[in-house]
Amino acid sequence: MSDERSETEAPRPTEQPIATSDEERGKRSVSKEDKKAEKLKAKAEAEAAKAAAKAEAEAAKAAKAADDDDKPRLRWKKKELPGGLWLKCEACGETIYKKTLLKGDLVCPSCTFHFTVPGTERIQMVLDEGTYHELAADLEALDRLNFTDSVSYAEKSRRTIERVGLKEALHLGTGEIEGRPVVICVLDFKFMGGSMGEVVGEKIALGCELAAERNLPLVIFTSSGGARMHEGMLSLMQMAKTCAALDELNRKGGFSICIMTNPTTGGVTASFASVCDVTLAEPGALIGFAGPRVIATTLKQELPKGFQRAEFLLTKGQIDAIVPRKDLRHTLARLIDFSERAWSEGESA
Amino acid sequence: MSEPSQSNKSVPSAGMAFERPIHELEVKLNELVELSQGTNLDLETEIGAVRQALAKQMAETYENITPWARVNVARHPDRPVTGDYVATILDDFIELHGDKVFGDDAAMLTGLARIGERRFMLIAHRKGTTIAQRLACNFGCAHPEGYRKALRKMRLAEKLRLPIVTFINTPGAYPGIGAEERGQAAAIAENILAMFGVRVPILAIVIGEGGSGGALGIGVGDRVLMMEHSYYSVISPEGCAAILWKDGERTPDAAEALKLTAPDLMQLGVVDGVIKEPVGGAHRDRQKAMATVRDTILSELALLESVPIDELLAERHRKYRHAGEIPGRFPSVEELDS
Ligand SMILES: [Zn+2]
Repeated sequence: MSDERSETEAPRPTEQPIATSDEERGKRSVSKEDKKAEKLKAKAEAEAAKAAAKAEAEAAKAAKAADDDDKPRLRWKKKELPGGLWLKCEACGETIYKKTLLKGDLVCPSCTFHFTVPGTERIQMVLDEGTYHELAADLEALDRLNFTDSVSYAEKSRRTIERVGLKEALHLGTGEIEGRPVVICVLDFKFMGGSMGEVVGEKIALGCELAAERNLPLVIFTSSGGARMHEGMLSLMQMAKTCAALDELNRKGGFSICIMTNPTTGGVTASFASVCDVTLAEPGALIGFAGPRVIATTLKQELPKGFQRAEFLLTKGQIDAIVPRKDLRHTLARLIDFSERAWSEGESA
Repeated sequence: MSEPSQSNKSVPSAGMAFERPIHELEVKLNELVELSQGTNLDLETEIGAVRQALAKQMAETYENITPWARVNVARHPDRPVTGDYVATILDDFIELHGDKVFGDDAAMLTGLARIGERRFMLIAHRKGTTIAQRLACNFGCAHPEGYRKALRKMRLAEKLRLPIVTFINTPGAYPGIGAEERGQAAAIAENILAMFGVRVPILAIVIGEGGSGGALGIGVGDRVLMMEHSYYSVISPEGCAAILWKDGERTPDAAEALKLTAPDLMQLGVVDGVIKEPVGGAHRDRQKAMATVRDTILSELALLESVPIDELLAERHRKYRHAGEIPGRFPSVEELDS
């Protein structure tokens, strides 16, 4: 029962809309969709594919990391900034001096691969020094289902808390970005793959409410394998809970920005992350509903190169912009400046 | 999509092994009935005894039904699906296909429906009954255009001040290339968000499979009901077993652990009610099962329409904002800074 298990399993799909039986799964792989799509817009599709390929070639540097699956990235998570002075970039194989990497915002100096950033480091990167004020940091998961696989969820949660030094997968607080006050939520992939259970959902909802109460922009960073299946339907309900809170924030005229980082999949993508006012992504980030492995297994076919990466989603019109890590802080500040009139537009707060 | 499903009583479906004792009695009963019809033998006593044994066995089996067995009942090929309900319980139905963006997703059926004098918008996952239909419907796995079609019809319902009834029956949203390209996650998220603002009553009924986000994409309701042998889960038991147990053989354990049955979810406070099914499941007495759903729709809509819409919306929001929560567990926003 290694403690690394939770990380290795997290990026797998928690949304797994698989067939009812093996035979059905086989049948389903005769993808109706492909036939339909080809019939309906074969030509457009081909052109889109060509355009996507071209865009991908242009983004080759970032996409070098985005080979054909997400394995390399995940290996990083297992290591979590290992103790040694040197480490190897999983994308390009280059040996990097650890201090250089940390100085460079966890971006590989040779290939610009964007490593997954743990929550605490992310907050340091994004907020003005000394402005972060953490809230509701004590909320912990409850094993309400008495969920036990090889170990009980209560035990798994306890061990994770001990190992990573966090009580849950979401950092909630207030702070400033280039002098602009914000409410900030950061999902931390190192806590059970950033998966969303009751505590994560609640803290996102509280973040929305706090933003509404103080008339502040809401900034959310995601990195998540999706819903936390150990909480069963209670975790699925968080998709609705976060959207209910976001809907209320919208009603009051609030402004929300979500930055999807590597990886963001499943129930997080299919709820609050996708319905913020502005959707940004980091270069090369894997973003999707179903995980690539599920799709490949279901369709029994190879996935297109760069599939579900930020660059791919941009060409498909699914995100607003890709922002390299080094530009993120300033981009957020500029975006926030455009929201000056936001609150006056909504129903009275 | 209204062809009756083919019932094949002589072979129990895969995964329905728990019904074997029932099945054996059913076979025996059939033999006796045929025998008495084909000859002049008076077998009334014997037939009566087997009938009695069968009823007893059925009641016992279904009383002690395991979560995994329930999942199999929910997926039973003879279980009434959307097409059956449309053909059987609706007095009028005008299908409205268009998502008016990309294409028509057969896995999502939407249209104007009437039962008696009660008019409403029906939004339903569709699985189909024949193999051809099932393929066309991707076995009930909707694409983004299906969710967007549903949203468009919710807007129409709002304009016409018609309540919305949704039938949830999907293994999950479709995991495919086109689905991802067209924003499967965003389509579901948009629907969930939008349903908090839809200014007409929403009644959601899980009639079979409540597969994760794909179910929730039409599943936010003032009242969310589950049929007795439906299930609703964050992940399929198969998927859960593969990920956490790394062993497909443990699927029944995963089904148990996930607490995905109607009684379990009532206890957790994430659904609002259970619709009773005939003993032995909806597939054994389809007409009766569908009639119960019909009556339930009428009584629930009458109830929901008696509530002023602003109250209904406030309550919808409150219900989901605190879905399944243990009271007092989380701080309010005012308490955050103290
Ligand atoms: Zn590199």
